Amino acid sequence: MKKIEAIIKPFKLEELKDVLNEAGITGLTVSEVKGYGRQKGHVELYRGAEYDVSFVPKVKIEMVVADAVVDKIIGLIEETAKTGKIGDGKIFIVPVEEAVRIRTGERGESAV
Amino acid sequence: MRRYAKFIAIALMCGLLTLFSSSAPKAETASDTVPATAVEGQAAPAGVEAPAAATAETPAPAEEAAPAEEGPTAASNAVAINTVWTLLAAFLVFFMQAGFAMVETGLTRAKNAANIMMKNLMDFSVGSLAYWAVGFGIMFGADKMGLFGTSGFFLSTGDPSTGDGLWQLAFWMFQVVFAATAATIVSGAMAERTKFTSYLVYSVFISLLVYPVAGHWIWGGGWLSQKGFIDFAGSTVVHSVGGWAALAGAIMVGPRLGKYTKSGKVNAIPGHNIPLAALGVFILWFGWFGFNPGSTTAGTNLSIATIAVTTNLAAATGAITAMFTVWVWFGKPETTMALNGALAGLVAVTAPCANISPLSAIIIGAVAGVLVVAAVTLIDNKLKIDDPVGAISVHGVCGAWGTLSVGLFAQESYGGVNGLFFGGGAGQLVTQLTGVVSVFVWTFGTMMVMFYILKKTVGLRVSDEEQMEGLDVGEHGLEAYNGFQMAGE
Repeated sequence: MKKIEAIIKPFKLEELKDVLNEAGITGLTVSEVKGYGRQKGHVELYRGAEYDVSFVPKVKIEMVVADAVVDKIIGLIEETAKTGKIGDGKIFIVPVEEAVRIRTGERGESAV
Repeated sequence: MRRYAKFIAIALMCGLLTLFSSSAPKAETASDTVPATAVEGQAAPAGVEAPAAATAETPAPAEEAAPAEEGPTAASNAVAINTVWTLLAAFLVFFMQAGFAMVETGLTRAKNAANIMMKNLMDFSVGSLAYWAVGFGIMFGADKMGLFGTSGFFLSTGDPSTGDGLWQLAFWMFQVVFAATAATIVSGAMAERTKFTSYLVYSVFISLLVYPVAGHWIWGGGWLSQKGFIDFAGSTVVHSVGGWAALAGAIMVGPRLGKYTKSGKVNAIPGHNIPLAALGVFILWFGWFGFNPGSTTAGTNLSIATIAVTTNLAAATGAITAMFTVWVWFGKPETTMALNGALAGLVAVTAPCANISPLSAIIIGAVAGVLVVAAVTLIDNKLKIDDPVGAISVHGVCGAWGTLSVGLFAQESYGGVNGLFFGGGAGQLVTQLTGVVSVFVWTFGTMMVMFYILKKTVGLRVSDEEQMEGLDVGEHGLEAYNGFQMAGE
């Protein structure tokens, strides 16, 4: 099992969610985050004082999937979330040691 | 230590009461004062012809005003109109408390929102009682040496069985909302780092003593009014008093944690809700139609029409020139400064509103809009006096400008005197300057002393940890926005 963490532009979330559902993903976790990569923030003036807008709002999607589908999902995310402009985001793959479904106690790939 | 502060306040009250004769209703004295105030102090002085004549008699209803058996007379109707108008205006000015609350919370951080609400709630509540007990008497009571009043404490003149007493009740209602306006100006300048108990003590003190004394000089028949000083609705009495008290408070409490770095850099601490700030300004603008036109205390005085026009034009122009000023200086038309600009225009026109033409109001508002941006830049960024909402700039600085502008723009056809630009010479201007300076000295002086005492006794400033956590939790044990994860520093 692998955990796929994707940081994407917020307005891409709805589209990506639909695409992932169609691909058979059964669950995911979404959080609102802020950050920057090479898309640096900029400086504004609030009442004459400098105000660093370094962080850009993003959305982080996390999902745990079976090894077999990892590449397919990465491809879907790349395709859907891409705009071609700076700030499109990143995808990280992290190995998952174990997964448990709380309701039934199932473990392993049947739990995701 | 905390107890001392409360005892000091109570002792002060008792001391004042024993010193002055808090005697029986001096209906005659009060009624002598009231028409003088309505005509000279807060109304257009002697200028407006026919309506003024009506004004001179009606605000102090004589015995014949009671329409017992015969039914209403023209005179009693006039009294009724004036009473209704004055009370309606009072209710509008009361609503400005909501305006102040919204402006202050919109321009400060979410973690301190409940604290801002408490300070505004208490400014009015505590102020009402302080002004009822002592303040009103000092402001409008029998004059002593032109400096303060000595009668009418505990609203002793408010005898509901006489026409005059009823007028006193209406007049008190009108005056208390003005007092509360001055008091609540300070809460914005001292926001986000002031101990609540210390703030309460301040609130008693300003409504009990500092504001009423200045008010007596100008509206209560005191020495400034005797000199011919004009402050129709309170650019100095209300706004400068609030503004200079705010200056003293902001200096004494010090800046917010993280506002200024040791290297002298100024950090922006943006407000958390600009829509609330804007709502607050709109409410204040609306309430100001009670503040300025209401200060005729006479609905039969149709200069309320002129005053409404000058009030509105100054506000609008202030917003516009503030917007352009900040656009040119800082690159973008920043919303909070434009909002402050509207308020600046309103504050500035408050003194001259009954004595000037609409065009003059536009000029006065225009200058105020530029002035407020300059003042905020100077005070916040150069002098490093942290004023989160610009209260000192809006109320202190523009209050002074507005007061002086009477000496420039007053026109006899509107209000009975001519300012410098209309052939009246510099006399009025000098009088206005005298008032501005003397009220500054009185207010800033007493407030610096009071805040200093508070600082050294119960403490004025909350701890750094509490500032980081937020005063909502630290001072009041709750969160304004419970359940929302606040992305703040």
